[in-house]
Amino acid sequence: MGMTAPALELVGLHKSFGRVAVIRGVDLQIEAGERHAIIGPNGAGKSTLFHLISGRFPPSSGAIRLKGRDIAGLPPYEIRRRGLARSFQVTNIFPRLSVFENLRCGLLWPMGYKYAFWRNVDRLVELNERSERLLEEIGLADRRHLPAGVLTYSEQRALEIGIALAGGADVLMLDEPTAGMSRSETDQTVELIRRVTAGKALVVVEHDVGVVFGLADRISVLVYGEIIATDTPDNIRRSEAVQEAYLGTARHGEGAR
Amino acid sequence: MAAVDAPRIRQERRRTAWRLGLWIAAAVLFAGLPTVFPSGTALTTMSLMGIMIVFALSYNMLLGQTGMLSFGHAVYYGLGGFLAVHAMNLAIGDRLPVPVIVVPLVGAAAGLLFGIVFGSVSTRRGGTAFAMISLGIGELVASSALILRSFFGGEEGVTTNRARLLRLFDWNFGPQLQVYYLIAAWCLVCMVAMYALSRTPFGRMCNAVRDNPERAEFIGYSAQAVRFIAFCLAGGFAGVAGGLAAINFEIMNSVNVGAAQSGSVLLMTYIGGTGSFIGPVLGAVLITFLQLMLSDATEVWQLYFGLLFITMVVFAPSGIAGILMMHAPLWRARVLHRVVPAYLLAALPCLLGLAGVSLVIEMTYRLTVKANEGSAFRFLYQPVDAKSAVPWIIAALLVIGGFWLFRRVRPIVADAFGEAMLVARRKGWA
Ligand SMILES: Nc1ncnc2c1ncn2[C@@H]1O[C@H](COP(=O)(O)OP(=O)(O)OP(=O)(O)O)[C@@H](O)[C@H]1O
Ligand SMILES: [Mg+2]
Repeated sequence: MGMTAPALELVGLHKSFGRVAVIRGVDLQIEAGERHAIIGPNGAGKSTLFHLISGRFPPSSGAIRLKGRDIAGLPPYEIRRRGLARSFQVTNIFPRLSVFENLRCGLLWPMGYKYAFWRNVDRLVELNERSERLLEEIGLADRRHLPAGVLTYSEQRALEIGIALAGGADVLMLDEPTAGMSRSETDQTVELIRRVTAGKALVVVEHDVGVVFGLADRISVLVYGEIIATDTPDNIRRSEAVQEAYLGTARHGEGAR
Repeated sequence: MAAVDAPRIRQERRRTAWRLGLWIAAAVLFAGLPTVFPSGTALTTMSLMGIMIVFALSYNMLLGQTGMLSFGHAVYYGLGGFLAVHAMNLAIGDRLPVPVIVVPLVGAAAGLLFGIVFGSVSTRRGGTAFAMISLGIGELVASSALILRSFFGGEEGVTTNRARLLRLFDWNFGPQLQVYYLIAAWCLVCMVAMYALSRTPFGRMCNAVRDNPERAEFIGYSAQAVRFIAFCLAGGFAGVAGGLAAINFEIMNSVNVGAAQSGSVLLMTYIGGTGSFIGPVLGAVLITFLQLMLSDATEVWQLYFGLLFITMVVFAPSGIAGILMMHAPLWRARVLHRVVPAYLLAALPCLLGLAGVSLVIEMTYRLTVKANEGSAFRFLYQPVDAKSAVPWIIAALLVIGGFWLFRRVRPIVADAFGEAMLVARRKGWA
């Protein structure tokens, strides 16, 4: 072992917006097959960390390695092509495309169709079958023809995740996937995430403590742009530092919502 | 799996058959039109419509499909046309065995080439930056057209003679009827090609980039690359339209690359409707028809286009196609006839208001631009003197009365539509 590079590796990652340092030296290794949760108070920099890894912003300094290759500063589409897919905390879908089309678009590049302007999408059997299956899996089969923009909030959340799942990337990053979902929707979503990420790397940001502890193999706690602990769920639950910095405040926060 | 998918496959087959049927119907229509409308004017009009359909559809590849607002699309139409004219003259001069029917390919190549050149600069950014750069390139090319006289022929332009190219069987494409068929054939081919393009992985991603360029990048696509390819292909099809125009008019001049031509294709596409494939086709046909009609009837016809454009933007931003689409459920539920009386009722105030507005426009035009030709003219077959007060009062009454009546009729129309829609919904059509 030790020969294969980690699925995702962050080394001395920093990000400042002007004078404000938001990510202040993050080191993290996530192995293939690991489900990793990142928790932390509001404004800790969790989403910013996601944006750095997925290419929305370049880091101020530090290295990001995807399966051993440096991806820091690459545009998002390059990073996606190398096998990292993500969803967004703020729903980010294609509002005028149908629900089905949203998912099918998510599958186009991973299935190798690139910019093909000589093939009819309706005739690509496997593409359509996989879109169909994904549509069933996220529970939107009866919404397939609707423009995504008219879906309810929680339906849009499901679609948001569906687009990220399309294509089965090796590294999947989900930013608060179950926010705004009901209990039963959350359970279904967690089940789906668990199933599709078997053998792959998952990085998930979640405020829902049940989801975090039920899903994660390891948890990192991010506070003020620094990871103060990375450990198994049991150890994180027992850690006093974490209790103090986050879990106590999160419970209060949960109550306030 | 196969058993589950069987109904969907059958449905897909049925849809394909439908589409094929529609294309055959279009081909039959194009072939039959000259028999129904054989006059010279009709042939010229229909030829122009065919050219504009290709041009407007190519424009909608940018505006409607990819969300790129271009103010300089005539550049590719015009340059395609100029290159086609020069190619024709070259073929005539050197007696090259080139039939006129392949000349639009020269236009396509020119449009594509200039699309690649200018697109590599302008498609780096979307939105406002793209719109501004397209305007800049439009101005640049239009002013070059006046400077580079040897290529663009200055104010007069460059002429050619299509009848002197290689004959094809006993067709020399001199008569307008033969030109019409040439244009109709090219138009149909381009329509099919552009429709097919919108159904490809690339075409789907154009729509995705239109909706949300940022997310498109997170599913593996460079928004810039999508815009660039769309821009080049749109340039190529605009070049075909330009090549057809070169054949049809046998002349190209600097106006064809200019802002007015770019504005006119924007107008057609928008008024027709950018949200569907058929929209720009309807827009091209209607606007071409109105342009020819109105330019006969009044000298300030462009003003009327401005008014029409504003009216559409305000009241029907989804264009004619959008309005038709809105009525599709009523048609399917067979309740469309229920709204007809209300629409006829609404037509009255609209016509009154329109008459009033155009009377004001025409009288103002008489008193200002045409002041030295006297103030008397004919309006709707009636003698009118713009200097007397009576027609102004009548115009004011028409406008105010039309507006007042429209306000009263509007709820009636809305109710009629709402009720018909309710029925359609109950029948499961909406
Ligand atoms: N583009 C930006 N420019 C300046 N400051 C930013 C920018 N993006 C984020 N920040 C700041 O960085 C900090 C971290 O934000 P971030 O969204 O990453 O937090 P988070 O941990 O995801 O919080 P939440 O749990 O609320 O989603 C916040 O204080 C935020 O105001
Ligand atoms: Mg966040």
